[in-house]
Amino acid sequence: MTNTVASSLPVDKPLIVAGKEYKSRLLVGTGKYKDLTETKAAIEMSGAEIVTVAVRRTNIGQNADEPNLLDVISPDKYTILPNTAGCYTAKDAVRTCKLARELLGGHDLVKLEVLGDQKTLYPNVTETLIAAETLIKDGFKVMVYTTDDPLIAQRLEEMGCVAVMPLGAPIGSGLGIRNPYNIKMILENAKVPILVDAGVGTASDASIAMELGCEGVLMNTAIAAAKDPIRMANAMRLAVESGREAWLAGRMPRKLYASASSPIDGLII
Amino acid sequence: MQIHVNGEPLELASNATISVLVAQMALEGQRYAIEVNEEIVSRSHHDTLCLSDGDQVEVVQAIGGG
Repeated sequence: MTNTVASSLPVDKPLIVAGKEYKSRLLVGTGKYKDLTETKAAIEMSGAEIVTVAVRRTNIGQNADEPNLLDVISPDKYTILPNTAGCYTAKDAVRTCKLARELLGGHDLVKLEVLGDQKTLYPNVTETLIAAETLIKDGFKVMVYTTDDPLIAQRLEEMGCVAVMPLGAPIGSGLGIRNPYNIKMILENAKVPILVDAGVGTASDASIAMELGCEGVLMNTAIAAAKDPIRMANAMRLAVESGREAWLAGRMPRKLYASASSPIDGLII
Repeated sequence: MQIHVNGEPLELASNATISVLVAQMALEGQRYAIEVNEEIVSRSHHDTLCLSDGDQVEVVQAIGGG
């Protein structure tokens, strides 16, 4: 889809993560899809260039002919972002990252998430800090999933994380950006990309994240659990682009009372 | 000898290398990573590293996730 009007506008600067430039500011996960065909179609439609994957034990006796996720989502085409989902301790998260690096032939960009409990999947911040420190020392480039606490976000940045990714709402909840003011506070002092990760439910949520000034949005369930995931992938691509455009344009100030759009001079009365 | 692969017991010829295990699991040509007793074993050592009785082996791959 070419936007002929937008082509006359100055080109937006790219999203830069760990020194690499990306045109798309939408990052997507590969979980919860019906099958790999749907995964591939949705991810292509989203326009995402950074795609998250999970690292799991191989099933013994698994059909060897079964296609592998990385055959469909090729590391030659996408930046693969392995996550540490399902890890509840720093130790497990670090182990998972090391396995991921080996799996991807030395690729050292990871999404660190250390969870607190199964009901909320809320980040365990203390374990996240420990894991981030260990991983950074070991040469990993860490994109970190965390709470929307501005002080923790700043600390993770100071430690050397390449991107800080506060939640908008709990993982898979689809509740949207519940605390835009905290996201604003995080953005105010940030020198690394801030991306909303988790909580987005529909297109307007993604736009809100971008209108706040986030460098990008990471989502999975909002696309995969939509009735038509391919169409929602398109909606999310457009929403992230729209939100970014609105941020670049700079919104009008909010006012309590009306301000007429039509001139008052020349009225017939 | 008996080792554990992904938490399950597995009988393997004594002193089998990791490559033997990989072949037995029909993983050749796929992307995977292997950990023996919580230490990563890089691909370049799969042909030479012999497993020992009681080793705890993890074999992982990438799957869908957010």
